[in-house]
Amino acid sequence: MTTEQQDPIKAVPVRRPGRWIGGVVIALIAIGVIYSIVTNRNFEWPTVWRYLFDFRILTGLRNTLVLTVLSMVIGVVGGIILAIMRLSRSPLVSGAAAVYIWFFRGTPLITQLIFWNFFSLLYPRIGWGTFSVDTNTLIAPFVAALLGLGLNEAAYMAEIVRGGISSVDEGQREAASALGMRQGKTLRRIVLPQAMRVILPPTGNETIAMLKTTSLVVVIGYFELMTAAQQIYADNLKQIPLLIAAAIWYLLLTSILSIFQSRIEKRYSRGVSGIATQPGFAERMFSFRKAAR
Amino acid sequence: MSEQPTQEPMVRAEGVCKHYGRLEVLKGIDLEVAPREVMCVIGPSGSGKSTFLRCINHLEKVNAGKLWVDGELVGYRQHGDKLHELREHEVAEKRREIGMVFQRFNLFPHMTALGNVIEAPVQVKGIPKAEAKQQGEDLLTRVGLADKADAYPNQLSGGQQQRVAIARALAMKPKLMLFDEPTSALDPELVGEVLAVMRGLAEDGMTMVLVTHEMGFAREVGDSLVFMDGGVVVEKGKPRDVISNPQHERTQSFLAKVL
Repeated sequence: MTTEQQDPIKAVPVRRPGRWIGGVVIALIAIGVIYSIVTNRNFEWPTVWRYLFDFRILTGLRNTLVLTVLSMVIGVVGGIILAIMRLSRSPLVSGAAAVYIWFFRGTPLITQLIFWNFFSLLYPRIGWGTFSVDTNTLIAPFVAALLGLGLNEAAYMAEIVRGGISSVDEGQREAASALGMRQGKTLRRIVLPQAMRVILPPTGNETIAMLKTTSLVVVIGYFELMTAAQQIYADNLKQIPLLIAAAIWYLLLTSILSIFQSRIEKRYSRGVSGIATQPGFAERMFSFRKAAR
Repeated sequence: MSEQPTQEPMVRAEGVCKHYGRLEVLKGIDLEVAPREVMCVIGPSGSGKSTFLRCINHLEKVNAGKLWVDGELVGYRQHGDKLHELREHEVAEKRREIGMVFQRFNLFPHMTALGNVIEAPVQVKGIPKAEAKQQGEDLLTRVGLADKADAYPNQLSGGQQQRVAIARALAMKPKLMLFDEPTSALDPELVGEVLAVMRGLAEDGMTMVLVTHEMGFAREVGDSLVFMDGGVVVEKGKPRDVISNPQHERTQSFLAKVL
């Protein structure tokens, strides 16, 4: 064997006419859509811009964000607790978590939201004797929305966390206990950090989904982004522009969340080999090969 | 090794039995490991040798018989003639004094080599981080990996990972080290570097019990050799004697296959 450096292979790449044809078709459709969006006056773009920063829309936006964050906090914390319960050796503890998950995943979210809103019909007062409060003052639409979204999310997060914990090799737990580490610490220091890699991507998806799902609380009248848009167009009948304004905000926020998600995922993939390098646009489209480094 | 018959054995097993459901894995093991002794356990797969090793640090619960490490009963406390199961934290406390090295290394992949080594001293013993780091670097130097302190396990070869795993076990300053087929998952050319580290440990006087297929190591470094088959100790003696002059027919046929 010689140690001489070999020249890199220079070969004509395979032509891909299918990609070219597909590309042309897509370009034509895109031009048509953009042309229509720009020229169709019914979109009323000036109205969209005017309402995009309307005080009511911005208030709704803020409430949407608050609701998303708090619901996810309840969902994640509840999910971790439920997952640990689910993996417990005690059949009662594990069974209780299973029943919770069964119930909250088995009924529609919108049913649960309305249920919490009407909770006072079931229990007019909450508490014991003198230490009780009127249910309607305790469960305002905001609390009902939070309960509905958070408790439902916990059931889904529980399955995600459980999958993550189960994905960690049993040898990791053994190594930790052989070092004299106790169960709680093993979970916190060894198992959960590794489970994160499996847990985080779907949690990011859940957060993005939650941002949009908060719009469901329109049915119980809590004032978030979608409720705001609806109330405004109920007055001025400019449905399409207001729906577009709301959609723009949802798109912007979900895009920001997606960027966060990929950053966090990178951080937790430490110690896991092979971040595969994706071929770039030019290479995939035209089979242009980048010079090997 | 000098024999001191009055000394308390580091490990003492009396009639140790272990079964999973109906499957009997250990059918009454009687063994003693003296302090500073290096005991090698060989035998065909399924003979119960790894299970016995895992019983010593209570990763497996013994079903019958008794097991002592350094004079203390493993997994139980004796009050009069009654046995009480130890609580989780008591078991954990005892495991700190017993190092274990696994066939598949089981390093923590989300921590660097040094992170792996200092994890237990810091988190379990509560040693200040700076001090643990100093000791951890010394240990990595001892296993020949001073320059790999910041590498993650997936950036290391199998042999290097296993040496980090040995350093991690040593960081708890154990009085007994258990090795469960430490070289079986390694490429042949990497076995030597791990055995060299283990030989160094033996020379420093560490008490070691190792399940292995490395007959050369057993012969040169081991003080005693145990052949297990079907959940019982078939033969025990000086490695040279057992290897060159096996008494039992089953030992003879096993050695004929591996030598």
